[in-house]
Amino acid sequence: MKPYLREKKSFAFEDIPEDTCFEAGYLVTVNSGWRSRTPQIDNEKCIGCGQCYLYCPDGVIAMDGKTPVIDYDFCKGCGICAKICPKSAIELR
Amino acid sequence: MKRFLSGDEAFAEGIRLACPDVISAYPITPQTVVVERLSEMVEDGSLDSEFIHVESEHSALSCAIGASAAGVRTFTATSSQGLLYMAEGLPYAAGGRFPVVMMNANRATALPWNIYGDQRDSLALLDTGWIQEYAADAQEALDMAVMSYYIAEHRDVSTPFMVNLDGFVLTHTYENVDIPDRERVREFLPPYETENCFDFEHPKNIGFSAGPETNFIFKYKEHRAFERAIHVIKEAERRFGELFGRKYTGLAEEYLTEDADYVIITLGTAAGLCRTIADELRREGVKAGVLRIRYMRPFPNEEIARALKNAKAAAVLEKDISFGNAGTVYVNVAAALQWAGVSTPLYDFVGGLGGKDITHADIRNIYESMGKGAPRVTFMGIGVE
Amino acid sequence: MAITAKNLDKNEYFYGHKACAGCGGSLAVRAALKVLGEKSAAVLPAGCMSAVGFNFPQLCFGNNAIISMFAGTASMLTGVEAGLRRRGIKDFHAVGFAGDGGTADIGIQALSGAIDRGDDIIYICYDNEAYMNTGIQKSGLTPFGARTTTTPAGKNIRGNIRPKKNMFEIAAAHDIPYAATATIGYINDFMEKVDKASRIKGTKYIHVIAPCPTGWGIPVDATVEAAREIVDCGLWYLAEYENGEFKINRDPGEFTDPAEYLKKQGRFKHLTDEDVDVIIKSRDKKWEKIRREWK
Repeated sequence: MKPYLREKKSFAFEDIPEDTCFEAGYLVTVNSGWRSRTPQIDNEKCIGCGQCYLYCPDGVIAMDGKTPVIDYDFCKGCGICAKICPKSAIELR
Repeated sequence: MKRFLSGDEAFAEGIRLACPDVISAYPITPQTVVVERLSEMVEDGSLDSEFIHVESEHSALSCAIGASAAGVRTFTATSSQGLLYMAEGLPYAAGGRFPVVMMNANRATALPWNIYGDQRDSLALLDTGWIQEYAADAQEALDMAVMSYYIAEHRDVSTPFMVNLDGFVLTHTYENVDIPDRERVREFLPPYETENCFDFEHPKNIGFSAGPETNFIFKYKEHRAFERAIHVIKEAERRFGELFGRKYTGLAEEYLTEDADYVIITLGTAAGLCRTIADELRREGVKAGVLRIRYMRPFPNEEIARALKNAKAAAVLEKDISFGNAGTVYVNVAAALQWAGVSTPLYDFVGGLGGKDITHADIRNIYESMGKGAPRVTFMGIGVE
Repeated sequence: MAITAKNLDKNEYFYGHKACAGCGGSLAVRAALKVLGEKSAAVLPAGCMSAVGFNFPQLCFGNNAIISMFAGTASMLTGVEAGLRRRGIKDFHAVGFAGDGGTADIGIQALSGAIDRGDDIIYICYDNEAYMNTGIQKSGLTPFGARTTTTPAGKNIRGNIRPKKNMFEIAAAHDIPYAATATIGYINDFMEKVDKASRIKGTKYIHVIAPCPTGWGIPVDATVEAAREIVDCGLWYLAEYENGEFKINRDPGEFTDPAEYLKKQGRFKHLTDEDVDVIIKSRDKKWEKIRREWK
């Protein structure tokens, strides 16, 4: 199951569990604010090899068939995708 | 069925009845007999448990926590240095609300090295969030092996449980012990069910961090569980009594305290000798009584205040000392009196460290000297005041 | 079948975490979980990956996961595996992810115990070559010459004076069913090793190099590159231990220049030519043995 952003973000006394056990993959904050540069994919150049998908430390690139799609909510802009791309199809702007 | 068993063996019999899924333990004197007996039971098929030969006490508890997080009943046993070595895991299990049950054979802590009984090991770890019970005889040891699971695993409690047996004096002393019927134990103790565990249908993240905003609330809830445990202990004892005919008395066990002028408060096996001497003093016209603390956590604040309210003086007899202050039991008892506004003078007698015998004369001396002079800490029988 | 971008589990199990940008450790955890899938029960000790992944209510593992005590990755895995098995659950993977300090230093006793018992677990050491979570202190896996905050490079001592502990062969010396080395720089090789481990009964140990941009003093986009260069220049190797035999998976034949690999990294900036020579000599000695004795 892929962790995802939830509606309920703040927890009052009653909502806090007794134990330290909670639903897996419960996200309340995004990481987009970490980014100073944003990767942009040039779909003309992209050959759909999926290297960017494989090597993304945050797992924010998904392959929609042969097209990589970036989840900008959680991309930190590290630029590994741009470096790994064999066709230089990703640029950080 | 009656059998002639040592405290360690009796405890192992209790564990056979409670049938934990996972046992992870490392040998240490004077706990060793427990792990030997359990290994034999697993070998001969009379105990259906996974016995894991961990390489240390730290791993013993870490493994038990892991198994508990996987959703099964767990057991570990240790003593002294071993308890201290696994100390990191104590607040861990407690904060995670994993109802691990542990037997601790109370033993002195190094240095100097000493394998004999005192209670400095478990009392040093009183604040780690475990329920702590101190058994007085082999029968209670066995019964607590069973009852501890009922209490620890109860949904209102969900807290780890440490049963303490005085090293050698209880772990290695033989008594006639009644072993409850297995079927009736099943009736008493339901299988462990929890949501505080891994689940492949609804995956869980467990043992997480909690920042300053929420951490405090987790800690409060941990504390609240101990208040709830007081009721669950009573309920467990009532049900246990109905099924097995043996009565237990909650957080404390009182002996002739109702009209007592002089009361000794103690833990574990020392209470037996205190009762004998209280009888003796009663025959001599002195109104002596004994209050045995069974549970150091949750602590019997009310019981103590009530028992000491009308006494002329009271003394704590304890096999521990918190260096630079009084004994840990004393400090707790004194707080109980303070909560309740009871002003009975309270004395502290430290004895039995490193297994030194507590004698008949020592206890008579406690009764005779309490109430005389200002309350103080007395190290018994070493020729200093 | 080789693992590729096409046939890999599309699910993400480690997502939304707060690891530094370009973190190699998080890539190792992510990739391994994609191979092992939703029936993974992961144990992570106190350390980077648990610190960035488990802050209630931000919980970044999509699968079952727990933080263990620092020294307790392997022992908790043992308990988790035994407990799940006792519940009658089948085909799950009890997998641990511990860093270099958590593995080679404080956790080595529990790891050794688990391998000795033959517990059916996968233990993955993501090696970033220092205690990064506490701010770059020397661990038993910090390589010779590296500057850390506890092995400063000054006039008298030039960084860490001890070589890296050989965890791969220590694990193998237990006659473990499967051990392997890997790097996040060659992620397919790593994922295939994780996949292989998941099909073997007993204890499995995988040691994966996972550079830390912060601790190594490299740009955040250079993680994968550094993790490749370390193999290409021969300072790390891709190998396996199975059925009592060592096997080298990839012999680069001619190495790239270690000086280039080293000089790009802040932690090695201070090294002299003599220091680099020491490193090259030690590499050559190791490879001579590998080429002579390993298949």
